[in-house]
Amino acid sequence: MNNALFLTLVRFVLLVLTQVLIFNSLNFLGGINPMVYVIFFYWYPLKGNQSIFMLVSFFLGLLIDMFSDTLALGAIASLTAAYARPVILRFCFGVNFEFQNFSFKNTTKVQRLTFLALLVLIHHLVYFSLEILDWSHFLLILRKVFATGLVTLVLCTLFSSLFSPKSE
Amino acid sequence: MQRIINFILRYRNAFLYGFLVLISLVMTVNSHSYHHSKFFNSSKWLSGSIYGWGADISGYFGLREENRKLVEENERLRMLLFNAPGDTLPPLDSIADYRVMAARLIKNSISSPRNYLTIDMGSKQGVEQDMGVITTNGILGIVENVSNNYATVQSVLNTKSNINAKIKNSEYFGSLIWDGRDHTTVQLIDIPRLVPLVVGDTIVTGGMSSIFPERIPIGTIKKYELNPSRTFYNIEVELFNDMANIRNVYLIESRDLNEIKTLEGRTTDE
Repeated sequence: MNNALFLTLVRFVLLVLTQVLIFNSLNFLGGINPMVYVIFFYWYPLKGNQSIFMLVSFFLGLLIDMFSDTLALGAIASLTAAYARPVILRFCFGVNFEFQNFSFKNTTKVQRLTFLALLVLIHHLVYFSLEILDWSHFLLILRKVFATGLVTLVLCTLFSSLFSPKSE
Repeated sequence: MQRIINFILRYRNAFLYGFLVLISLVMTVNSHSYHHSKFFNSSKWLSGSIYGWGADISGYFGLREENRKLVEENERLRMLLFNAPGDTLPPLDSIADYRVMAARLIKNSISSPRNYLTIDMGSKQGVEQDMGVITTNGILGIVENVSNNYATVQSVLNTKSNINAKIKNSEYFGSLIWDGRDHTTVQLIDIPRLVPLVVGDTIVTGGMSSIFPERIPIGTIKKYELNPSRTFYNIEVELFNDMANIRNVYLIESRDLNEIKTLEGRTTDE
């Protein structure tokens, strides 16, 4: 089995376990449960097949949903984040992204942080809008998106610097 | 034809996205309107056993606290037993109709508008849908999906939850619901405005429910106000249970539940 595929698989399983066993029962400040599995979309190889990436993300979301009894919220949110990823990549890294030998190594910290933040924002916006499913609670949705999104972003940044492989 | 195929191939990601979103939207809407999915829920073998392992490990850190709670409950029950029987106990026939089983909570959730919990007992141990679930302090929820060894519970902290409740020592009953905001308070509605209310009054389960026995504690009145039409009260009820910190629960099996359900089903059919 090739190295990148194996790494992605291990990340998939570990992220699901960390999410459902630790972060789903965190209830930080009375109910903020960060969704750290969003970092999967950041870590997934950039040059892979987009359709497969969307399918994998969909199943990641669905698996998390199965554990947390939030049926299909995570699946839609993950799928949307995966679908939007090429656009976000182009937005954050500009023309550089089009080159064949593009990697995170020759990008700035700010660019990477923007990329991650946009992924988190899209994922959380879709997730909480559908969870509440009522636009009269618009402020509640925004509050949840920003509170949870901020904690998720901080944790994901920590994760990405803690577990960044030197070889990539 | 060739053009159509080319078109689809060119936009295959957009089509894939639309297709998968459609599937998941159907699932989401279904789970909002009725019982959540029978196939994708945390009572299943895989999620159940993983949560079980998790609870095995984290359970050790709360043993002292759990022991204290159980001893306190024993104390309370002993006191009931020794002092004036019949006065403080629910009527005898009400006891005889219910059977109690102990179970362990392996997954808790309080932050979503629709919270579901998972317990480590299933159909093999005699758990059935619509059994009541309580803790030493008060009510917790109602069993929703059951697998062989695990079951999911719809928490009172669920916007779909609707439980019959009344003010202690009176016969005025209303519906206990949750607005999805604060995990320490739930709402009691449909109490008529002529009822005298005092902040701090105890709210207990009412006798109109076939799921819970009468007079199981729920919480105390935190504040109350008349609803916009000025005919009923909206009451904020502070729960006795600390919903974030629960490990041991009791399941209540009502012997009459099936009979009442078939009877009610027959009545609404006709």
